[in-house]
Amino acid sequence: MSTFEKTPVESHESTGKRTRVLTKSQIKRARISGIVMLALSAFVMAFFIPNAEGVATFGLSGSGETIQLDALAIPVTSSLWALAMLLAALGGTQFVRGFQRRSTLILGASFGVFTMAMMVWATAGEKFSLISMLVATVSRCTPIALGALSGILCERSGVVNIGIEGMLLGGAFTGVVMGSILGGWVGLLAATLTGGLLALLLAVLAVNFRVDQIIIGVVINILVLGLTSFLTSQVLVENPQWNDAPIFPSIPIPVLSDIPIIGPMFFNQTIIVYGMYVLIGAVTFFLFRTRWGLRTRSVGENPRAADSLGVSVPRVRYLAVIYGGMVGGFAGAWFTLGTVGRFDENITAGTGFIGLAAMIFGAWNPIGALGAALIFGFSESLEQKFALLDIPIPGEFLAMAPYLVTIVVVAGLVGRARPPAADGQPYEKQ
Amino acid sequence: MSITSPDGTVTVEPDDGRGPSFFRRLTTATDWKTGLVIPALAVFTALVIGGVIIMLTGYSLAETLDAYRALLQGSVGSLRAISQTLTEATPLIFTGLSVALAFRAGLFNIGGEGQVLMGGMLAVLAGFTFTGLPLFIHLPLAIVCGAIGGAIWGFIPGLLKAKTGAHEVIVTIMLNYIAYRLVDYLLKSTLFQREGRNDPISKTVEESAQLPALLAWLDPAMKVHLGLFLALGAAGFIWWLLFRTNTGFEFRAVGANPSAARYAGMSVTKVYILVMTIAGALAGLAGTGQVLGLLDRASPGFSAGLGFDGIAVALLGRSNPFGVVAAALLFGGLNAGGQYMQANADVGIDLISVIQALIVIFVAAPALISAIYRVKTDTSSTQISKGWGA
Amino acid sequence: MELELRGITKQFPGVLANDDVSLTARSGKVLALIGENGAGKSTLMNVLSGLYHPDAGEIVIDGVVQKFSDPGDAIEAGIGMVHQHFMLVPVFSVWENVVLGVEPVRGPGIMNRKEARTEVRDISQRYGLAVDPDAMVEDLPVGIQQRVEIIKVLLRGARILVFDEPTAVLTPQEVDEFFGIVAELKGRGATIIFITHKLKEALAIADDITVLRDGKVAGHADPATATPEILASMMVGRSIDLVVDKAEAEPGETVLELNGVRMLDDYGRAVLKDVSLTVRAGEIVGVAGIQGNGQTELVEAITGLLPVAAGTVSFRGTDITDDSPRQRHVAGIAHVPEDRNHMGMVGSFSIAENLVLDSYYAPPFSTRGVLHRDVIRDSATQLVEDFDVRPPIIDNTGDALSGGNAQKMIVAREFSRDVPLVICAQPTRGIDVGSIEYIHEQIVRKRDEGKAILIVSTELDEIFALSDRILVMFDGRIVAELKASETTPTEVGLYMAGKAA
Repeated sequence: MSTFEKTPVESHESTGKRTRVLTKSQIKRARISGIVMLALSAFVMAFFIPNAEGVATFGLSGSGETIQLDALAIPVTSSLWALAMLLAALGGTQFVRGFQRRSTLILGASFGVFTMAMMVWATAGEKFSLISMLVATVSRCTPIALGALSGILCERSGVVNIGIEGMLLGGAFTGVVMGSILGGWVGLLAATLTGGLLALLLAVLAVNFRVDQIIIGVVINILVLGLTSFLTSQVLVENPQWNDAPIFPSIPIPVLSDIPIIGPMFFNQTIIVYGMYVLIGAVTFFLFRTRWGLRTRSVGENPRAADSLGVSVPRVRYLAVIYGGMVGGFAGAWFTLGTVGRFDENITAGTGFIGLAAMIFGAWNPIGALGAALIFGFSESLEQKFALLDIPIPGEFLAMAPYLVTIVVVAGLVGRARPPAADGQPYEKQ
Repeated sequence: MSITSPDGTVTVEPDDGRGPSFFRRLTTATDWKTGLVIPALAVFTALVIGGVIIMLTGYSLAETLDAYRALLQGSVGSLRAISQTLTEATPLIFTGLSVALAFRAGLFNIGGEGQVLMGGMLAVLAGFTFTGLPLFIHLPLAIVCGAIGGAIWGFIPGLLKAKTGAHEVIVTIMLNYIAYRLVDYLLKSTLFQREGRNDPISKTVEESAQLPALLAWLDPAMKVHLGLFLALGAAGFIWWLLFRTNTGFEFRAVGANPSAARYAGMSVTKVYILVMTIAGALAGLAGTGQVLGLLDRASPGFSAGLGFDGIAVALLGRSNPFGVVAAALLFGGLNAGGQYMQANADVGIDLISVIQALIVIFVAAPALISAIYRVKTDTSSTQISKGWGA
Repeated sequence: MELELRGITKQFPGVLANDDVSLTARSGKVLALIGENGAGKSTLMNVLSGLYHPDAGEIVIDGVVQKFSDPGDAIEAGIGMVHQHFMLVPVFSVWENVVLGVEPVRGPGIMNRKEARTEVRDISQRYGLAVDPDAMVEDLPVGIQQRVEIIKVLLRGARILVFDEPTAVLTPQEVDEFFGIVAELKGRGATIIFITHKLKEALAIADDITVLRDGKVAGHADPATATPEILASMMVGRSIDLVVDKAEAEPGETVLELNGVRMLDDYGRAVLKDVSLTVRAGEIVGVAGIQGNGQTELVEAITGLLPVAAGTVSFRGTDITDDSPRQRHVAGIAHVPEDRNHMGMVGSFSIAENLVLDSYYAPPFSTRGVLHRDVIRDSATQLVEDFDVRPPIIDNTGDALSGGNAQKMIVAREFSRDVPLVICAQPTRGIDVGSIEYIHEQIVRKRDEGKAILIVSTELDEIFALSDRILVMFDGRIVAELKASETTPTEVGLYMAGKAA
């Protein structure tokens, strides 16, 4: 169920039959989208095409795979022209007619096309392992998606969670310490519980004491950063055996992992990534198909209404926030047990905030958030690969891209997504 | 806080920052508890919990108390310590004011980090670009540049909030990360990077643009600089702005009830933009103080948590400029003492962040203190923003 | 089901909201509960619905004493509350709103959507409450949303239905439909309690009337014999003259003129269609109409809070169509907004600060951007005395004032200015009768000083009490212009309902 801004409707009496009416500002936004797409096309033609020639080779299969695909050799100039024309066509249509409901999708797709053009340009005359980048994308998007999921669980019940970053960091820390002592699975459990504990703090302060939820989130982040850094320098440095946890291996799923490209990308990952798939699916189902989900969402939209019907607002919020915290703690394990096996100060480096952005980008919907997380993960992987390819654009600017995109989304230039109506407001029984 | 008078009327003190209200807050039975006792108990409780954490990492009670003795020593135990406290407090006054001012207009400025960085970068640029200028021209010029740098970084979220309703929390957080990257890039660029160095470090600021150290003639290790007086001056100015001018009246009205402010003819758009710009400028001055007074150059991470600490300082100071100064001094003391504690008692400085975070929790939720110590007082919690959809 | 409340008493800090209240409601009958704001009606209903626990007294249903520990118990006992402000989730569909809390399930916790829809349709058909179970509540008009609320309580087996100000936001057509629904429910033996302050409606629909005053039962009335004046006096405790004593108006020059004003909403639909009117000095023009027919937008067009798409607004001969609210304020327009809490004052500001909320920027209150606090304070002290704001402590915050006193403070702010045009939107909404009388007197006094007054009100009694000329708004247009002395409430009511002559 989408909570994207509704185009306003006129509804007929009791049947509620609707017809769409476009506002002036929406028409303006649609035009801006069209102009952006045309600009992208112009950019491709002006900068990429004159500066590249030859053939771009993209590796499509990793070494260990059953089915080996030949590398994709793309003639640079002609394909860039094709992509530029496509962008121009889309942009022109959007400007003149608009794609109505699909506008956002088409705009996103245009950025996708532009990125393809950028990759072709960057790889001109060289070889580039596309497959390894795609595998890294899915792995990298996992903590972001889970972070977003954590936020969704909390916010759908009406509690803003800025402290996702702290829950990730806390989970990463306890995960690695417990993992070093008692093994990976215990570490995973410890990470999850840590997230839950931090969420309990958020729940108590937000629901019982009605403290401003953004303050609590900021405080949790500072607290966890300080505590984990302190314990790292005081304890882990002296006891490196407690900072040396087993890393979960990638487990290929039989049959599915043999599908070319998609296989290694999605089905040859660690248990944490698989956990992410399960959780995204489960939360979507629970939120929109079960009693628990309806009640939780009602508390996030109109707690007074829910209360008047006997739904316990504090109880619903406590549960949702703690579930969210556990998801966040689990996500933290990715940074240590899922990748490097050791903890460094501030290892999460702001991923929690990207998760927040993915949540908003995905309109508070788990599937949407996954999509957004994939995009963010992709751009991070791209940044790393580009560093290897030695192109004139400094890596720092590529790294800024996800943040700029988030600002654009939040400023409603792509269409405003609506948060749950009672998000962030403490509930007081009269 | 409220007092019930005999005929049943409930009197609530308007927040004025000074005058009868201030003294009444200190002397009236219920009031002085909220004003002083709660923060004091908050600090005490946080220190106790911090002590427990130290002991959990293997220190004995005696060693922990030694560590705290070092904390005290390093914050107020000597002239050098006091100088260090003041040095630490200076940027915190600025970022605290920045957040407090925004709070007053109902906005949450989490972008302190980015604004500090941008202010510092522009100040350092002015600092090393111009040569041969006398101090009384170069220094103010560099300071103004720093303020402008921060102002720009505050203007952007203010504008977006005013024109598109984009929530300033997300925009400022994103701008923080963009600023980090931008600084990383700039410090390796030819414009900024120091000749002959490969690491990201800026050129040195000319002496004519450096904020003079006030007590260096006594002891060269004492780093407290002129920026302190700038900060105090800023606090006084912001107090005057908020409570004695039309603009401040508008800020407070918009923060309390933007709808009524609009009906009264005020422009909420202009207020949001102006407030965030000034808040950005204040944070920019924090960065300016750091690069012109303390470091004489810029290197990655010179903002070092100032933005977030500013939030804590603003909350502790109840968004009142003089409260912010007091809170900044407290946090400055904790930072200075913490550095000494790390050097002499071998207790990691990150513990200080933990203690500071705990103080904020207790101040934001005074009911916790009430519960622990059975103190009867006004226990309403701090509520500022209203989620994303305000 | 017969409902009896015996000696219900409920105390809050500082106020005895219900004082030994007893009443009876019978099966198949409508009991109207009337009283002013603050009389204790809402508290009583909250006790009945299980939200509050009474300090003393009993709730008896069909002779059996009930004990409610939470709203769930009340619902189980057969009580259904339809609140004044709907308790609906706008982004949920009708069926989701209706079954929330009692969802039919299929398997462990998984909702059975088909069955939910069927349940909604069943009740819908049985009681004649046509509604589409899959419609999104926020897309539905108010009258239909009310039906959803009714279905909600019927689904839970309510036999005693309590309606809190049900007609406050309905169009006349929707009110008729609502009365039809009530008749249907009556016919099926439901017990209905109807809380309202609309005396005429109470007389029209009720079988019994109970009047609350200051937390106590002031008396009962028989709708067959009672009149609005009798009910009003019972509500207030003294004899009430519902008409304000005023002399004939002597209108002078035109102060405000609107010509062909057209205003569009965010969706491009016209909310004001070709509106033209004049207000002259020394007269009171009353704009009557049901809420939602463009009155709010009319005031916003005059005060400059929203732009007009076409037409002109002139003030004393000068075109002010493009002027900002502040410019109009300076030019000489005063405005008492329709919602004092959201639009009229800042609750956390002191009374002194609130009294300069829209005039702080100019002398004598400030020069060159700096406030003159002594002048502000002196002026405030004088104003609270002149306009009877109680308690007259100017350092108290706005939200410490009662509704009536807050409104008097806002009136003090606007009326103390010597300006040619004063606009009052819903000047006496939600305040005690004593303050109503006071404010009405102030308005007439202003008129007699030669000022031009524009009143916008949904209360027809107020319109008739004050106006010299009456304009009726319906669907964004002025559909009638009448002299107050030459028309009747019935005629105006017809125009309000859209039946233009």
